[in-house]
Amino acid sequence: MGFRAGVVTFPGSNCDRDMAVALEAVSGVPAIRIWHGDAKLPDGLDFIALPGGFSYGDYLRSGAMAARSPVLRAVINAAERGVPVLGVCNGFQVLTESGLLPGALMRNAGQTFVCRTVDLEVANTASVFTQGFEAGQQLRIPVAHHDGNYFADEATLDALEAEGRVAFRYLKDVNGSRRNIAGVLSANGRVLGMMPHPERAIEPAAHRSLGGKDGRGLFENVIRSLVAA
Amino acid sequence: MKVRILVRLKPGVLDPQGRAVHHSLDGLGFEGVEDVRIGRMIEMDVAEGTTDETLTKMCEQLLANMVIEDYAIERLGDAKEPA
Repeated sequence: MGFRAGVVTFPGSNCDRDMAVALEAVSGVPAIRIWHGDAKLPDGLDFIALPGGFSYGDYLRSGAMAARSPVLRAVINAAERGVPVLGVCNGFQVLTESGLLPGALMRNAGQTFVCRTVDLEVANTASVFTQGFEAGQQLRIPVAHHDGNYFADEATLDALEAEGRVAFRYLKDVNGSRRNIAGVLSANGRVLGMMPHPERAIEPAAHRSLGGKDGRGLFENVIRSLVAA
Repeated sequence: MKVRILVRLKPGVLDPQGRAVHHSLDGLGFEGVEDVRIGRMIEMDVAEGTTDETLTKMCEQLLANMVIEDYAIERLGDAKEPA
């Protein structure tokens, strides 16, 4: 299978290896690692992941510097051509800062860093990322963030809901996000940003409070839809 | 030329940090604090003659996140051009 996935590493990324491991575990093909200073992406990428972490030390605002880095211009061009882009946690922050997704991720309403496994509800089943899920399906996936409080103005939130662009919601409030939004899709459904870490939930761990496989489905959905296409 | 940029959350955007600091001020016994909002100040040394248009672009492309923040540009030590 020729699934060419790329994982971008910024200075301060720390989930890039986890993302690469998850992609290889599910697809069987090693992911291509991309450095933030690369102005050109490897040819023929089928999928791009922006990982979690603290790119550029969260200077100015989380994701702000990464969103203006050379590689992001190339990622934006690829997204405009329809290459699926997944941003997780800091990757989601980079996507909103770059304008690829609407809204912003603010400091958690409770002020504290939230690090635990949360319950999500699948709200969209039509995108390359979510088409294998059932509407309302519940997933348990870890979060670990300080700036995950999704904000957009009411008109934007109404539009996102009307267009089915809310991918995932928290079942219970986690960080103050408007309308409990945990993940958002672009208008064409090819760019997904989400605060929970699916790459941290691809296999059971020794203790049942850890690990889990609920994140695996997201990668399987992507691979299935891209290989079928 | 010194320029000071003030970046503030837009009115109506919840400021959790401001709220926590407000709570702490109350806890220290300071009375009469109605509201606390936290922003960011950026001081820059820019070339003489840098236009308002250029400074505005800097704010809107990077220094402020226009989804949630407003900005104000203040020129320091430049009496001819009031902020």
